[in-house]
Amino acid sequence: MDTTLSATRAQHWSRTRRQPTALGRLFDSKTFLIIACLLPTVGLLGVFLTYPLGLGIWLAFTDGTIGRRGQFVGFENFEWLFSDPIFWNAVFFSVFYTALATVGKFALGLWLALLLNQYMPFKAFFRAIILLPWIVPTVLSAIAFWWMYDPQFSIISWVFIELGWRETNIDFIGSEWPARFSLIAANIWRGIPFVAISLLAGLQTISPSLYEAALLDGASPWQRFRYITFPMLLPILAIVMTFSIIFTFTDFQLVYAITRGGPVNSTHLLATLAFQRGIPGGELAEGAAIAVSMIPFLVFATLFSYFALARRKWQQGEGND
Amino acid sequence: MSNSASASPEAMQWDSRARRVVMLWVPLCCFLFILLFPFYWMTVTAFKPDAELYDFATHNPFWITSPTLAHIRMLLFETSYPSWLWTTMLVSVGATFLSLFASTLAAYAIQRLRFRGSQYVGLAIYLAYLVPPSILFIPLATMVVQLGLFDSPMALILVYPTFLVPFCTWLLIGYFKSIPYELEECALIDGATRLQILTKITLPLAVPGLISAGIFSFTLSWNEFIYALAFIQSSENKTVPVAILTELVTGDVYQWGALMAGSLLGSLPVAIFYSFFVDYYVSSLTGAVKE
Repeated sequence: MDTTLSATRAQHWSRTRRQPTALGRLFDSKTFLIIACLLPTVGLLGVFLTYPLGLGIWLAFTDGTIGRRGQFVGFENFEWLFSDPIFWNAVFFSVFYTALATVGKFALGLWLALLLNQYMPFKAFFRAIILLPWIVPTVLSAIAFWWMYDPQFSIISWVFIELGWRETNIDFIGSEWPARFSLIAANIWRGIPFVAISLLAGLQTISPSLYEAALLDGASPWQRFRYITFPMLLPILAIVMTFSIIFTFTDFQLVYAITRGGPVNSTHLLATLAFQRGIPGGELAEGAAIAVSMIPFLVFATLFSYFALARRKWQQGEGND
Repeated sequence: MSNSASASPEAMQWDSRARRVVMLWVPLCCFLFILLFPFYWMTVTAFKPDAELYDFATHNPFWITSPTLAHIRMLLFETSYPSWLWTTMLVSVGATFLSLFASTLAAYAIQRLRFRGSQYVGLAIYLAYLVPPSILFIPLATMVVQLGLFDSPMALILVYPTFLVPFCTWLLIGYFKSIPYELEECALIDGATRLQILTKITLPLAVPGLISAGIFSFTLSWNEFIYALAFIQSSENKTVPVAILTELVTGDVYQWGALMAGSLLGSLPVAIFYSFFVDYYVSSLTGAVKE
């Protein structure tokens, strides 16, 4: 009795269901929805990312300048660049800067993450305050570093002299090698928070039972780090490192704000050299060629990331992304 | 067995207090000092009168004897700092809304509408995040000139989504994944259209994810430098980071007080914004990395 009643009700209900309008049907069609939802993103990225990427590669093979569409000139720009010592110096410094800054960031960042992973009061507060260098606009903190590196009124020099460690002011950005190391120090300073917080997230996913088992087996702290922490951290480490390498290699702001490539072009990164030649210099094609010469490096870093991700899936079993 | 140090693992785990101070608190305080010192120095410089600024012999440089607002007053009333702040705010808010709109729809399509090849679209968007602005700004500059947008904040609002949309989409895909699909199935059975499901079920549940994506976009657009440097020429249309470096640095004598005051004021909005949403920040940063 009860069941028949509800069955008739259901029939009745479905018959009076409001027919959707044409527009409603259109919005219920899955194909239309997929296209409509992807359109803004695909449009924005297509017009302002994919197209300029192609245009940049095309520009690198022309002789275009500001206000003039260039003619195709083949590899002329690259031949010219390859005979330019300033370009090779920028390549060298980009690699050197990336290598040293990455090592520094990851060594110190991992250390900070391990410190923050221990039990302590005000942990959330520390975690929040440590991210500050990463939050604040890079150029603005770079200007603060510029001021701290001032040849005459550097606070760092002042402290060293007061402590009696040095006689004269330190020449931070006035000559070639000190300027390079000063920039790398500033980059490490800016990079530590991101690395530390990301690795901290990785550390927190490691099950404490692994450490308990290792303790029962009598593993030393170093063994626990080497055989538990490090392997478990490797997948996140690989991703964060890829990002860090890509964005350090293509860095622009720090160098542009602190030294602008000087003294005597010794601290140009490829990005700052491309900017200097391309925008104020007006040699768009040459700037584009310098920018394009960064691409092989980025492809390499991306492939590295892809295989690290693939390996992670393989480790954890499929369907876990 | 015979090794006395490993005899009791408990003793190794529970370090003595002194050891804990040396191993934890000393390095942590060093890290904090180094990471925060530039901000302290920025603040101190911004409020120091010029006489103290360039005289370390009679004044301790770490402290201010007679604080002054002269640098900030000069910045606010003798430069176009307020209009730089206004442009930056406009550009950041505009770019944030544009990229939130685009990336919410894209993330919904990829994660929920599940069509053939959707994971490849996701991968392509992830790859787009790996294309750095440094290799795009030259061709983009020629495009901006051709579109007649040179020297207009509109150019920045349109261009910033190139690095915001991939990040936000990625973050939101992860967020949508955490919302049970059963809720949408229920709604479908109840006769809701897909548009209703999106606006009445999924989006309200995804609000924390949207907030995370929004604050990240805002901060990233506020901090952006290279596009703003390349596309904007007239003084009043510049964004704060660019304007401080190009408008306040004049000649060989740097106005360090004003420069630091400008940096401080330019950092404050993001720092305040950050302090309100710090938990969203940390969780979305770590969540995005773990994805």
